[in-house]
Amino acid sequence: MSTKQTIVVIGNGMVGQNFLAGLVSSGKHTDYDIVTFCEEPRAAYDRVHLSSFFSGKTAEDLSLVEEGFFERSGITLHLGDKAAHIDRAAKTVTSAKGAIIDYDKLVLATGSYPFVPPVPGHERPHCFVYRTIEDLEAITASAKDGKVGVVIGGGLLGLEAAKALTDLGLETHVVEFAPRLMAVQLDEAGGAMLRQKIEALGVAVHTGKNTSVIKDGDGCRHKMCFADGTELETDLILFSAGIRPRDELARASGLEMGPRGGIAIDNQCRTSDPDIYAIGECALWNGMIYGLVAPGYAMARTVVADLTGGEGSFTGADMSTKLKLMGVDVASIGDAHAKTPGAMVYTYQNGASEVYKRLVVSQDRKKLLGAVLVGDASGYGTLLQYCLNGIDLPENPDALILPSRSDESVGLGPDALPMSATICSCYNVTKGDICQSIDGGCTTIAGLKAETKASTGCGGCAALLKSVLNSELAKHGYEVNTDLCEHFPYTRQDLYNLIMVKQIRTFDELLEKYGKGRGCDICKPAVGSILSSYWNDYILKNEHVGLQDTNDTFLANMQKDGTYSVVPRITGGEIKPDMLIALGQVAKNYQLYTKITGGQRVDLFGARVDQLPSIWKDLIDAGFESGHAYGKSLRTVKSCVGSTWCRYGVDDSVGLAIELENRYKGLRSPHKLKFAVSGCTRECAEAQGKDVGVIATETGWNLYVCGNGGMKPRHADLFATGLDKETLIQLIDRFLIFYVRTADRLQRTSVWMENMEGGLDYLKSVIIDDRLGICEQLEQQMKYVIDTYQCEWKTTINDETRLKRFRHFINSDAQDDNVLFVEERGQFRPALENERKHFKLNVETEKETVTGEVE
Amino acid sequence: MTEWIDVCGADDLQPDSGICALVEGRQVAIFYLPKEKALFAVGNYDPIGRANVLSRGMIGDLSGQPVVASPLYKQHFNLETGVCVEDAAVSVPVYPIRIENGRVEVGVGG
Repeated sequence: MSTKQTIVVIGNGMVGQNFLAGLVSSGKHTDYDIVTFCEEPRAAYDRVHLSSFFSGKTAEDLSLVEEGFFERSGITLHLGDKAAHIDRAAKTVTSAKGAIIDYDKLVLATGSYPFVPPVPGHERPHCFVYRTIEDLEAITASAKDGKVGVVIGGGLLGLEAAKALTDLGLETHVVEFAPRLMAVQLDEAGGAMLRQKIEALGVAVHTGKNTSVIKDGDGCRHKMCFADGTELETDLILFSAGIRPRDELARASGLEMGPRGGIAIDNQCRTSDPDIYAIGECALWNGMIYGLVAPGYAMARTVVADLTGGEGSFTGADMSTKLKLMGVDVASIGDAHAKTPGAMVYTYQNGASEVYKRLVVSQDRKKLLGAVLVGDASGYGTLLQYCLNGIDLPENPDALILPSRSDESVGLGPDALPMSATICSCYNVTKGDICQSIDGGCTTIAGLKAETKASTGCGGCAALLKSVLNSELAKHGYEVNTDLCEHFPYTRQDLYNLIMVKQIRTFDELLEKYGKGRGCDICKPAVGSILSSYWNDYILKNEHVGLQDTNDTFLANMQKDGTYSVVPRITGGEIKPDMLIALGQVAKNYQLYTKITGGQRVDLFGARVDQLPSIWKDLIDAGFESGHAYGKSLRTVKSCVGSTWCRYGVDDSVGLAIELENRYKGLRSPHKLKFAVSGCTRECAEAQGKDVGVIATETGWNLYVCGNGGMKPRHADLFATGLDKETLIQLIDRFLIFYVRTADRLQRTSVWMENMEGGLDYLKSVIIDDRLGICEQLEQQMKYVIDTYQCEWKTTINDETRLKRFRHFINSDAQDDNVLFVEERGQFRPALENERKHFKLNVETEKETVTGEVE
Repeated sequence: MTEWIDVCGADDLQPDSGICALVEGRQVAIFYLPKEKALFAVGNYDPIGRANVLSRGMIGDLSGQPVVASPLYKQHFNLETGVCVEDAAVSVPVYPIRIENGRVEVGVGG
């Protein structure tokens, strides 16, 4: 028998899981045997972003549990089994499947359930709630044969759900009992502005409606009858009318309850039984149930502290929220309704641009009590800091919500914030935590994200985080040096702009005007790449050849022994048998080691520099062209076989892959680019691991961007859905040129996007909504690059002066006697050090090989 | 005495880039910077990457000293002294070089 105490956690939702993760990261989890029950068939997932399930995220994407977490941490998970009974006297929990677990400490994290008003007809088929992935799957199935959907409830979650219904292609209505939308967070004018904006997006809003009965419809599945005598027909109904705590277990075991439900807890989150805690939406603190995840996490931290001898208490939580509802920014801070005695209100309303802002300040106008923002929530971070930290307001508080007419800044500088100020409320990261990390040597946003987790939740604090970082770096006397290298006091993006604006065509001209010295192996290839993607000259022209890395100079990939590998283009991985035979024949003639690549082509290794032109002559004669495997440029567009053959295929992925590869081949970029196209959502081409990924769906192509494999794999982000081919190509054109223009050298698309202020949303606004007004320019530049494409190998073998370089010695036809091969598995590979020592060269053989057995 | 060995014509040099010559059995990397009319000759063998590749490296300068970067692992070698910038214990041989009557000559011995 274990002598350890046992902790039982009932409920593995977001808060339950957060508690377990907190306990594990405290390191004290090994002091306990830990058992948790999860009634759902899958462990904790992100309910806050549940609606992203409809825009392509999978259950795995939403999971909050790192792979192997339970096993590694020694936590026993009872999946698909719920706690049915608590015996407080015997200190046991009995599960629905009959497991009986003794506990020393019990944590109730049972969450809440959606409230369904007891309207007659609410239990009809095609009536749903919006809580679990199973609910979403049922809604999706029901929407397939429906045209109209109604959400009952115009609160935060209801509007999220309405977005989901529009994503499913339904004519969507929101029915709200209160006279306005988001009645809890917004005042009347704010609610009205939100309504206007949401209606403009095609969602019908019905406020002040009390549903009296749901019955059979005439044209649709249901008819909803309202108390005012009006009616609405719909095919499915989604109830989102608030939540109720899941407190039945606690109630049955005799714990103290609130008068209207909820398990009563103290500041340590203890229930009336000191060995039982309650956290999250099932808990009632000071008469209040918190329906947001952040307070639930705060409760979880409190219990972890209590169990591990740390300090901490839960003393209420800030209910401020900022979110994007159907593309509309909405934020509510503190006392949004001005209920504080003596509170004064400032309001700014701009009907033309559909912006509404309201400030609630104290009677002496010194402190911010609350705020409402609709249509433009950019001031949220600053206002929240004023409110939470009790910072004195400027003399004219209305300046905080009035549009700035001059360069004057009314934002709250990061220096004004106390160390205790919470910067990231998702992960409870304070300014102090961030400063500590910076003191420890962390000087980048990406580093801070990794170290403190700040800005990795909702991302709402990204701009604030950046300003704290910049301000702290400045204070430390760091000069953030973004110079490309010692020869150019500019970033890559600066140099790109200079070349573009000043129409500079050579490295020497750029160096003369904007740099110093001779250049180096950092700036030369970077400028070479910029010149190439802007002017698209032949890269081996005299004025460019010195800028190329050896791979670009010899249009092949140098391997460890100084020989090269050769990769002809095989667009989309599709190849005619005759071409494959020709490729094999070339490999055989030159005795090249042959291997299939991950990008669905063939790599031929062991070519000496003097062999490259004749190898390529043979390849070009057979119909091949350069695969640009040597360049920072588009490599491959991988594809699955698609609808042409596959019985699940939705569209012709091979055809699209070939078209994309032919379109973008040769484009020089800050780093290599990889694409893939999958013919259905089974995703056999692994498009979500690529810089640009395309997946066929019933409603069109879905575009994913900024994924990569390699050392730090990253899943691509869904960028746009249901596209026709023309729009898809237009978006990729813009995306690629914007990347080429603005990324740092050797920065892959993923890092480029992550370091971009505003991240994915900003990128979407530039590429899809054309917020910078540059999309036409981007498209034109891509057209230029496409129109000026040439196969570099074809140009090279037709130019005698270029071929002079392709020999090992300028003054001899001898070969490099250091290149030595041995045979292995029927092919030739470079000799290892010990093989070199034991065997002398046999220079007479055509291929310089050693023979005999290797020790 | 330095013996000068004829290796190639001056028009065989690659501006701002390198070529390799076989000089009495030795592989010599030759670099040519036309703007400053500078010529450099160092061993072609990269002692870190263990391959004859330096003539195919990029040239430039670091804090003013002319260098070639190995195309294999990117270490820099000073073209005047042969010393590796990243690891002073490693170096490559340097050779005298000149242009005489339109011919490039590398010095050996001496």
